[in-house]
Amino acid sequence: MRKGFVRETALVLLPLVVVLAVMPWLYNNQLLLLNIVVFLVLAQGLNLTYGFSGYLPFGYVGFFGAGAYGFALTLMHTAAPPLLAVLVGGVAALLAGLVLAPLLRLQGAYFGLASLAAAEALRHVIANQDLSEITGGPYGVRLDVPFRPVLTYGLAIGILVLVMGLVAWLRQSRFGLRLRAARDNPVSAATAGIDVVHGRLVVWLASATAAGLIGAVYAWSAPTFFPEAVFDLSFSIFAIVFTLFGGAGTLVGPVIGVVVLYGAYNVIGVSAPKYFQLVYGLLIMALVLFFPAGLASLAVRRRRDG
Amino acid sequence: MADGARADTRTTPPPPLLRVTGIVKRFGGFTALDGIDLTVRAGEIVGLIGPNGSGKTTLINVVSGLLSANAGEISLDGRSLTGLPAHRRSAAGIGRTFQIPKPFASLSVRQNLEVAARDGVDIDAVLADVELDRHAARPVSDLNSVSQKLLDLARALVTRPTLLLVDELACGLNPVELARVAERLRALAAAGIGLVVVEHLMSFIDSITDRVVVMNAGREIFGGRLRDAVQDRDVVEVFLGAPEPVAA
Repeated sequence: MRKGFVRETALVLLPLVVVLAVMPWLYNNQLLLLNIVVFLVLAQGLNLTYGFSGYLPFGYVGFFGAGAYGFALTLMHTAAPPLLAVLVGGVAALLAGLVLAPLLRLQGAYFGLASLAAAEALRHVIANQDLSEITGGPYGVRLDVPFRPVLTYGLAIGILVLVMGLVAWLRQSRFGLRLRAARDNPVSAATAGIDVVHGRLVVWLASATAAGLIGAVYAWSAPTFFPEAVFDLSFSIFAIVFTLFGGAGTLVGPVIGVVVLYGAYNVIGVSAPKYFQLVYGLLIMALVLFFPAGLASLAVRRRRDG
Repeated sequence: MADGARADTRTTPPPPLLRVTGIVKRFGGFTALDGIDLTVRAGEIVGLIGPNGSGKTTLINVVSGLLSANAGEISLDGRSLTGLPAHRRSAAGIGRTFQIPKPFASLSVRQNLEVAARDGVDIDAVLADVELDRHAARPVSDLNSVSQKLLDLARALVTRPTLLLVDELACGLNPVELARVAERLRALAAAGIGLVVVEHLMSFIDSITDRVVVMNAGREIFGGRLRDAVQDRDVVEVFLGAPEPVAA
């Protein structure tokens, strides 16, 4: 187990962190760099729950928004320092995950849609005009927090390391193997002595916490926002597409997804949005047709054929 | 006094390993199990037979915890299992195979056992025992259906069961494979494991069981030796139908 963990972290996580750490010196667009790390965390966080339990939460953005508002409300109503507020953001998402845990009784599209409805419900609660005194309501929040781009970027990388470290551990540990078995066939997993519900709950809460923490960091970097901005469904869709494109259940897959697709989005999506939609659509069609298990499955195929 | 107590110990049979009492299982308005009882002793092989839809697999599913009963009690080795989920029944000592094998498709053959194995179990030895050691590193999807059935059996064995529920393992096996499986099941019983074997192949049942329980419509209609079962009027009627009334 230890050998595989070290190999994967050395081949994937370490180079990624080094590249991300030196990028601010090579490329002077801090917002874009932070967004890359945000999407890396979201894709890997979604990878935790989809890759290891098979649950695809369309409403994953709900945890991101819960984290952002957990951070914001802490700063608005207490004298807590921003770093502690980031932790509160993670805890807020964790609690939302606990409240929504009964959704894990559902399967497939029913689960996906229920999680989407839950995220929308949370957004509507926060945007409720009657709660404006507490949440800012539909007018959003404007935080008086020091702008610390280096710290927020470093914090985002730290969260990414934690989440990817967890994915790498799950890929090599017996607990992760048992999760994959339960994902493949929960009935025979249960009769083989695997506590299917416990395993699903652990990755679900870890996934929620990851999104909450990065949501809090995002809120710190952009301290004025409306509910629509942090509960934007695009966050869920991007995280899902990036993960599936690269390969769920792998460490490198979501990284490939973010680099290729978010890269394409930034290269052609901003300057020529029409062509971007076309290229994006073609890429996803090619993926579904030729690599349904994601680009990372190419390496597995080559190993098997070789 | 002491001698009397010793004599009592000699004559009292050991308590059953599995005791199922009055199990009722309903699916809506349909009663699949209608107050059935079943006992299995350690080292005993009990055949569970009956026509399709008689409730055999439902009983296996209730005992293994995949279905919850509407009424009744289940205990293993004197410990109540009623209400426990399937994974805790596995931990308590109940292993099972499936009529249609349910392997973990994305894992290798060996990993299929690793996820289930108790501490100290020699996975390679179990794989060798079911002759799958050559395929250990291969994806489980490479196995044919017979090998997948054997993998199902191996996965149940690495949980170190004290009671093994075997659901139609013999179906699809050739005579040589049948003989090997029968030998393995007898060896498990000889090692003290209690077995419940659901099967339609009567020659196979006859070769391994000590006694059979014949089920129909969720009830036991016969309990005893197979050779006596085939003489029983109710059993014959269930399998072959009632004789035509003779016209006067």
